[in-house]
Formats: sequence, structure tokens, C-alpha cells
Amino acid sequence: MTDKTIRTGSGASHAGIHGIGGYRPSRVVTNEEICQHIDSSDEWIRTRSGIIERKWAEPHETVQMMSVASSRKALSRAGIDPAQVDCVIVATVSHLLQTPAVATLVSEELGCTPAAAFDISAACAGFCHGVALASDMVRSGSAKYVLAIGVERLSDITDPTDRGTAFIFADGAGAAVVGPSEAEGIGPVVWGADGSKFDLIRQNETWTDVLDMDQPVMPTLRMDGNPVFRWASFEMAKIAGEALDRAGMTIDDLDVFIPHQANMRIVDAMARALKLPEHVVIARDIAYQGNTSAASIPLATEALLESGDAKSGDTALFIAFGAGLAYAAQVVTLP
Amino acid sequence: MASTEEIRAGLAEIVNEVAGIPADDVQLDKSFVDDLDVDSLSMVEVVVAAEEQFGVKIPDDEVKNLKTVGDAVAYIENAQS
Repeated sequence: MTDKTIRTGSGASHAGIHGIGGYRPSRVVTNEEICQHIDSSDEWIRTRSGIIERKWAEPHETVQMMSVASSRKALSRAGIDPAQVDCVIVATVSHLLQTPAVATLVSEELGCTPAAAFDISAACAGFCHGVALASDMVRSGSAKYVLAIGVERLSDITDPTDRGTAFIFADGAGAAVVGPSEAEGIGPVVWGADGSKFDLIRQNETWTDVLDMDQPVMPTLRMDGNPVFRWASFEMAKIAGEALDRAGMTIDDLDVFIPHQANMRIVDAMARALKLPEHVVIARDIAYQGNTSAASIPLATEALLESGDAKSGDTALFIAFGAGLAYAAQVVTLP
Repeated sequence: MASTEEIRAGLAEIVNEVAGIPADDVQLDKSFVDDLDVDSLSMVEVVVAAEEQFGVKIPDDEVKNLKTVGDAVAYIENAQS
């Protein structure tokens, strides 16, 4: 008789982020340029969002290209060879070819093949979902090293004449290498979604709706700003607190607060709601980058590490939230 | 139950904290947007703080009807009763 019990996989005791890299597209778009299409002003945009300028991708800066560029930086900083990567996760909502997953091309171009490769759709919360999946894979033995990438070309699906969103969205990519770690470097994720708020941030039409139009146009993103602001600023502050609790930390243990760069007003309101102590460094990358959805947290993290405002070994809180409405938060040790 | 003046004073403190407007300027006849320069995002913060302080619910759909400080005070008074 053979033993028919299926063996349980086993991985590392702890997971951590070994390297982070970002890619910022080359085209700088000023508020003045945005105001050529909407009835607004530089001052109004700065007051309402904290955005001074944003980066939009040029045609050659594709989702794949930006993913690969940010991943190469992350791998090099982590000292990990692409061949050591067992899984590539790409979080995006703006890769306009639905299937196959862009992750397969990214993996192939990087030299990670035959790593598992797939895309996830969790909008602005995508990167934190990717990090949560990656750390669970490392600890369960499904993978030793995982690339978690957040990438967007939101400029492709932004309506330049929509006063509610035209000034907010931007493009970019950020990647993290997740792997085994001596001590725990990625705390338990607190995540969830509320489909009753599905319509608050969404693509305005389905592709089939578009085909039914007399003059088909690209579907674009729509957002109901004030309810989103309320949910993000106050409900998400509670989720941030839960992520700290689950990691066994208090707000005083935190060195860096890196929320999704949705809007500077949300960053400020969350910081007030959380009563962040003065010593905590707050990511404010949105001012010169815009809201890059899934890419915003790794981009903001890279910027803080490069400027020296944050350093390797710091304890940081990631919290991301957006369309769904979906959210995810975790405490991490910065690489 | 708080009196009209207590609610106005409490709201004035909240507006001061959120938007930096002197509390004495926050009088019943004042418009949040036109007189006090409280924009719609700050208004959301004011509403959330008021909900906590006065133990009431002010849904998103109602917020746009609260044009003046008096509107907000009246809404809170009604919601409390």
C-alpha cells in the first residue's frame, strides 16, 4: 500500500522585501497643460490635490517596458539574479491587451522564464495585494523569490476633459523583490473589498458598450471624489491601525508612513486621523508624480530611500486603496 | 442634548481645526464655501468630525445641502432629536 497522503509544502519562516525599484516616465505634464482641456487653474489643482506636476509615459514607455525597467533596478538592488525568481506578479489596470497576462512578457524579457507569471486587478491597491501574495508564497514554499510589480499607464484611460480626474492620474512602475528573510519583514496583510461602492471609481463603459457607439472612443476612468475622499481618509485610517495591531506594533514604532499617493489631501487627512507622531516620515511623492495607482507605493518608497528621508531597516506602513473599493495594508521593513 | 449655540460653537472649533478659520467667524449665516473658504474636501472632514462629536450620521448625499453653518447646525439638531 502506498501512502496517499499529500505532502504539505513548506517554505521560509519569514519573508521580506530585498529590493525596490521604480520607473518614472519621461514626459513632465504641468498643471498649465492639464488646464488647456479643463476649466481649472494651477492653484485649484494644487489646493485640491497637492499635485504640482505629473509624469506621463511616451509611446515607447509601455506597461511592459516600465515593468522591466523597475524590476531590473529592484533585482540589482536585491542582488538577485532573474533566474532565481519563481513568480512574477504584475498589478495593473491599464495594460490594454487583456490576455495573455503582461507578466508573462515581463518575465520573459527579464530572464525569469519559466517562473509563474500572472496579472492581478486590484487597481490602486494592487501593489499591496501583490506583496501580500508574494510573502505568503515565500512562506508556504510556492516560490523562493517573487517579483511584485505595480505599473500603470493611466494617461491612456484618462479623459483629459473630465474635471474630476484629468489632473490626478499619471503613469509609472515600481517593483519589489520578495524572498526569504532572517526576521519577519512583511507583516500580516489587512485587506478587503466593498463591492457596494463599485461605482465610485470605475471604467465608465464596458468594451462591448464602446462597440455599440456610433463613434467608438476609449473607455476612461470616472471617480466620485467626495465619497472616495471620505472613505479613503477615515475608513482607511482604521485599516492602517489594524495592520499595525496585526504586526504587533503601535503607531510609535513606525518610522515611515507610505500610503497610496491618491491625493495629498487624503495623505494629510489620514495622517491627522491616525495621529502620526512627529518623527514619522510621510511619503508625499504625489506632488511631482501624480497618482500612479498600483505604482505609487513602490515609487514613493524608492524616492524616500534615495533621498535619505528613509533608510534600510526602517519600519514602514504600506496602505493602498482604490477602485472596488479594494484595500490592503501591511507593515514592512524597508530594504 | 446640545443647544443650538453649543452645536455652533462645537462646529466652529472643528472648522478651525480642519481649515484654520478663526472660530469666531463661524456664525450661523455664514456660507462654508463663499464666506469661510471651506472647500468640499475640507467639508467632508468637518462632517466626519461633527458626526463623531455629536453622535449623528450625515450621509454623503446630505453634505451638499449644508450650504451655511446654520444648515449644518439645524441638521445636527434634527438628527439628535
